[in-house]
Amino acid sequence: MIKAVAMSHSVAMSHASLISEGRKSAGRMLIIVTSILLAAIAIFQILDASGVITFGLTDWRPTLYAYVVWAVSVGISQVMMRGEAGHKALFLLPALLFTIALVIFPTVFGFYIAFSEWNLSSFDGQKFNGLDNLRTLYHDTYFWNALRNMTFYVASVMLQYALAFGLALLLNADIRARKFFRVAFLLPFMLSPVAVSWMIGKSLMEFRFGPLAGLARHLGWDNPAFFATPWIARFSILALDAWVWLPFMIILILAGLQAMPKDIQEAAKVDGAAGWTSFWHITFPLMLPVSVTTIVLRIIFQLKLADIVINTTSGGPGGATDTVSSFIFREYRDRSNVGYGTMAAEVYLIIIIIFITILLNLVGRFMRREAAQ
Amino acid sequence: MTTASEAYSARRRASQPWNWSRAVAKILIYAALLTWAFICLFPIYWTISTSFKTAVNVTQGDIIPFIGRFQGDWKGWRSLGLSPDTIFQVSTVRDEFFLRFGNSVIASVGASLLAVIIGAPAAYGLARFNYKFGPWRNKDISFFFLSQLLLPPVVLAMPFLVLYKELALLDNLFGLILVYTLMVLPIVIWITRDQFETIPIELEQAALVDGCSIWGAFIRIVLPLALPGMVAAFILSVVLCWNEYFFAALLTSTNAKTVPVMVASQTGSQGISWWTMAALSTGAIAPLIVIGVFLERYIVKGLTAGAVK
Repeated sequence: MIKAVAMSHSVAMSHASLISEGRKSAGRMLIIVTSILLAAIAIFQILDASGVITFGLTDWRPTLYAYVVWAVSVGISQVMMRGEAGHKALFLLPALLFTIALVIFPTVFGFYIAFSEWNLSSFDGQKFNGLDNLRTLYHDTYFWNALRNMTFYVASVMLQYALAFGLALLLNADIRARKFFRVAFLLPFMLSPVAVSWMIGKSLMEFRFGPLAGLARHLGWDNPAFFATPWIARFSILALDAWVWLPFMIILILAGLQAMPKDIQEAAKVDGAAGWTSFWHITFPLMLPVSVTTIVLRIIFQLKLADIVINTTSGGPGGATDTVSSFIFREYRDRSNVGYGTMAAEVYLIIIIIFITILLNLVGRFMRREAAQ
Repeated sequence: MTTASEAYSARRRASQPWNWSRAVAKILIYAALLTWAFICLFPIYWTISTSFKTAVNVTQGDIIPFIGRFQGDWKGWRSLGLSPDTIFQVSTVRDEFFLRFGNSVIASVGASLLAVIIGAPAAYGLARFNYKFGPWRNKDISFFFLSQLLLPPVVLAMPFLVLYKELALLDNLFGLILVYTLMVLPIVIWITRDQFETIPIELEQAALVDGCSIWGAFIRIVLPLALPGMVAAFILSVVLCWNEYFFAALLTSTNAKTVPVMVASQTGSQGISWWTMAALSTGAIAPLIVIGVFLERYIVKGLTAGAVK
């Protein structure tokens, strides 16, 4: 928090000279007073919570309010001390202070929790246990299994991309009732994954009465259990997931297709290039930037896949459809295993950051090479 | 009408030589489009129609209404207390459903409003001014906001659970609004910044020359022009918050529970009484279908902002 003050002090000092000394020092006083107030209340609460003094505060709301007061006074003092530059800083400060308060603190606090044994359902409370959680995690086959499943889910994005590209091309063709098709194609994306889990996973695909199972029987599959064997269950989850997320990719690719200069497409036709060749030589290369954006965004969202798995299979059968998120979710909700679950989440976050960094690097290099050609 | 359209298509046929391969391609395109539209719409139709089924209709797998057995029944809606004969009676299930529905409305609209209110000015600042916070420039600050998208909910879930317990914000709608705001803020900043960048800077410069302050120019000149982008950001945020399940499941219990949590908690327990689940799911997705049909272009605008140049 102190860092944020220091950072905002140095925003463009050029207009400082126009502001009277009195106003500047008043602004400085304001920020000093509220900073002291915030620090004092926080220390007081820490002392109260650790039992050094007994004032009997039941929650940490006072510190929260002190932070809000402090954040507001940072904004006011910016304007008082730096005039127009302060006004400009005021555009950014609310979002910045909000995000810092709600992300930085929980993330740091999360690392603190991760190195402790803490089960909410036992009365022992939090106990520091060093690297024990990390060791347990290393030997936890369910975690590794969930990670393996994630590679499968992420790889499936390419399949979804191919399908989405085809559907976007269809929507971009010279068709009637395009508005109807666009809305129809978009709707699955709007529906909540929880509802979709029931609508498709638990009723359409239901073994006894679901029409999809009936259709499968009709087509000669005697025992259409969509969630009973590992690979079939995995592909069923994939189908659900694709149903929800394909519209997202279709919309992005369609926007890219529509942004393409019409004369280029026309030229391809006049030259007599057949549909397939013109697609591979003109449309596809031109669409590469949009395609890459679409795939990267989709992978980022895929890494969070949880709702559908939690509500359709709970990770089963035997962890075959488990994602890292649904694995940690069970750790939290069913076993109240806070310390261990948080460690798994932090490790997952680090894996994601490394993976995305490498991915963006590769993509950047690939795009530069394409551009050079 | 018919004659006019017939004449039109006759002219088209006359002007274009009849081409078999083109006709076949047309048929194939429409067949594929209709197939996919069916795949998209059937589960929705299935859910809505199942809410009007009886037990026999469910076990026999009746699909098309008003023929044979499937004459339509209020069974599913009755169990929610929302059928014509129960709507004026006391119903605890209905009260529960409306409470959850209200919670969802408050949480998603509240969070989206808050995100637009603090996100749009930040996006404007990042699009127009040059910030320098220590070593950070605009690019780094934008990246900081966008990088929040990478954070999977599981990473924040547990610290939030503990934090909210200490702050007495557990099972509290305001606490949920804060989390949701955090969740959609990067998306709002992304979409609105894209919109602000399309507005010519000369307009604001003229306003500044006329004696407007920076904030005055922003509120009076820029905001009205950027309204479509802000509406798109708002609507997309509402949809994302409405559908959010992970945080709601962990951070709420009796008071602040939202519709997805209610649907999820019923999924396991209802067994084969599909009519209840179908009615509940229909209630949960109805607002989204309305948004999807009538505000589709805003959703598309929001999703494609900045991604396609």
